[in-house]
Amino acid sequence: MSLRIFESQRYMRERLRAALRRGTIGVLDIGSSKIACLVLKIDPDRLEAPPMPGRRVQAGLDAVRVIGFNNIQARGVALGEVSVIDEAERRIRAVVARAQRYAGERIDEVVVALSGAQPRSYGVSGDASVAQGEVSAQDIGAAMGRALLPDFGAGRDVILAQPVNFTLDHRTGLADPRGQVGARLAVDMHMLTVSHAAIRNLAHVVRRCDLDLAGVATSAYAAGLAALVEDEMELGAACIDLGAETTSVSVFLRRHMIFADTLRLGGAHVTQDIAHAFAASLEDAERAKIKHGDVQSTSRDDRELIELRRVGSERQFERRMITRTDLIGVIRPRVEEILEDARMRLDAAGFECLPSQRVVLTGGGSQMPGLEDLATRILGRQVRIGRPLRIQGLPQAAASAPFSALVGLAAHAARPQDECWDFELSAGQGPLRLRRALRWFRDNW
Amino acid sequence: MRSLILREARRDPAPSRLRYRLARWWLRPHVRLTLTVLVPALLVLSLAGHWLMRAQTQQMLRETAVDLREALRARPEFMLVGLSVTGGSPALRGQVSEAVTVSFPVSSLALDLDQVRRRIEALSAVAAARVSVSDAGYLAVSVRERRPQAILRHNADLYLIGAEGHRVARLASRASRPDLPLLAGQGAEAAVPEALALMRLAAPVAARVRGLVRVGARRWDIVLDRDQRIMLPAEGAAAALAEVLALHRLEALLARDITHVDMRHAARPVLRLGPNALKRRHWPDAAVEAEET
Repeated sequence: MSLRIFESQRYMRERLRAALRRGTIGVLDIGSSKIACLVLKIDPDRLEAPPMPGRRVQAGLDAVRVIGFNNIQARGVALGEVSVIDEAERRIRAVVARAQRYAGERIDEVVVALSGAQPRSYGVSGDASVAQGEVSAQDIGAAMGRALLPDFGAGRDVILAQPVNFTLDHRTGLADPRGQVGARLAVDMHMLTVSHAAIRNLAHVVRRCDLDLAGVATSAYAAGLAALVEDEMELGAACIDLGAETTSVSVFLRRHMIFADTLRLGGAHVTQDIAHAFAASLEDAERAKIKHGDVQSTSRDDRELIELRRVGSERQFERRMITRTDLIGVIRPRVEEILEDARMRLDAAGFECLPSQRVVLTGGGSQMPGLEDLATRILGRQVRIGRPLRIQGLPQAAASAPFSALVGLAAHAARPQDECWDFELSAGQGPLRLRRALRWFRDNW
Repeated sequence: MRSLILREARRDPAPSRLRYRLARWWLRPHVRLTLTVLVPALLVLSLAGHWLMRAQTQQMLRETAVDLREALRARPEFMLVGLSVTGGSPALRGQVSEAVTVSFPVSSLALDLDQVRRRIEALSAVAAARVSVSDAGYLAVSVRERRPQAILRHNADLYLIGAEGHRVARLASRASRPDLPLLAGQGAEAAVPEALALMRLAAPVAARVRGLVRVGARRWDIVLDRDQRIMLPAEGAAAALAEVLALHRLEALLARDITHVDMRHAARPVLRLGPNALKRRHWPDAAVEAEET
């Protein structure tokens, strides 16, 4: 079982690499409120160049240039998963067509981020004795192959399984043990599973748009890649991506993601609360939230009146004014709930044990004023609002917090993929044939 | 408050599947190249080809071309108004003027200079000719005359002939060109160089030489006055003549009463005596035999 996972991972990486070699690739962030697409131009020579010191994770970004961008309001996507195939397909077609026109180039392969699909993290470890005194790639492969997989249940797929830590004879915290001398090698891996149905639907939609799926990532991972800086990734940090219907939480340590989770709560719920509390339409509630929303009320807010029409009222006869304090009184509890929920998830993941406990908020919800203070109070840690990192040619419109996952996806696509996946698995592990892995891949996707 | 701007019912921004596919197809580089460059180029070429293939078009084009050429020919810059011949004798110039057979004025473009040159060179008296169009609108012909080397007598007519045996001109009388040797006999014009060489060799008796006669298209007889004849062999005629001249110098052979000096057989030269000499001398048979050995 575990070998199959490695093979399928390797297959996915090969696909991505082949797509990168072709020079143009699209990234697609399918969220609950918006679908965004970037067209990336890849320079394969610079992609292979050795990374500059201190920029290991984002090394490949030099080779990437954005040549097309578009985003569109999402339809047919609920809780970060494709719910109505037809509508989602039309929206994806629209956004891809516009981005292609913007770029003047055609994309054939896309890397997709999925914000829902109930990701679940597992820590997995395996060990093997070192065969010839010095750790070789075969030993690492053997240790990874010996890892005991947890029972993650039927109907779930592994989309990520990365070695995050190596232990060699009680020396832990090794990033790359190759060439070191020791007797026993243990490897810790982070494995992420998502709902099989969600990912299958996603692949189906993408295929209906005449595109090839070159890779899938959860938006938690992608947002973390874009919003965290190198030091935060190294020392340990959490990234909370406040989306519309989902809030993704990811924890990074030593440049690897070690935990990811998704809450089914988000900015759309705030809007719903406003609409519910003031009997307003969702559209008006959204506008009020964006224009006047806040989480800290001051005495001045009592005097500030906001027009919020009642549902069904006639425009010319009725006006209803609410104070901003009322609005904040509705928004704040929901935001607190979301943040508390996120804190619970972080606590469950053992976030307090990390050497550094910085939290980065990103995503569309992070644009709410005053959120930083509130989050600092609730999460009890240093909090900052993270914007996506800069990549060449990124339009100003895409350089804000809501597009963290999109930009992170570009970083993921260009990232020098963790070489651990190219370790040869030892032949003693049983008959390994690529064909079987391919069949598995095809059957499942 | 009603908003003054009527918002249009929001349309689905998604392109239809066909439009989407077409747009993606259009973004393929080779498709775009084909449709924007190759197909229009092919279309234009095929239309042009079709138009050119029509008989009417070809007729029209041909007529236009002819008209153009005529118009160009008729321009005064290309007109030739006369002929100027340089080189050669006046008689030859007259011959050349006749041979040109061009009616002036004529356009230089309509004239085939090469053909004119060939026509002039076809004249037997012309060794080479150069035909060009001069700036002043004349057809300039410069000829090099073929120089007569000898006189050929043929059926009582006299001709001047060149070294190669070409007849250059007719000659009215032998006396008009006393400097040239007279040749006669069958096939004489084919061996003019040999005859000329013999004539040069016979310079000591040049005053007495009347002419050379080709015998049997094979060998020469040199005819002197007083009906003397030196009969030369087909091979080694020069050596034989030199021998005769040596005898003449030592013994004044040709001044004697001899009608023929027969050198046809190199080992056995024979003298035929004149009638007076025969009367005066009676050779004993033995002496004759001794003479012969």
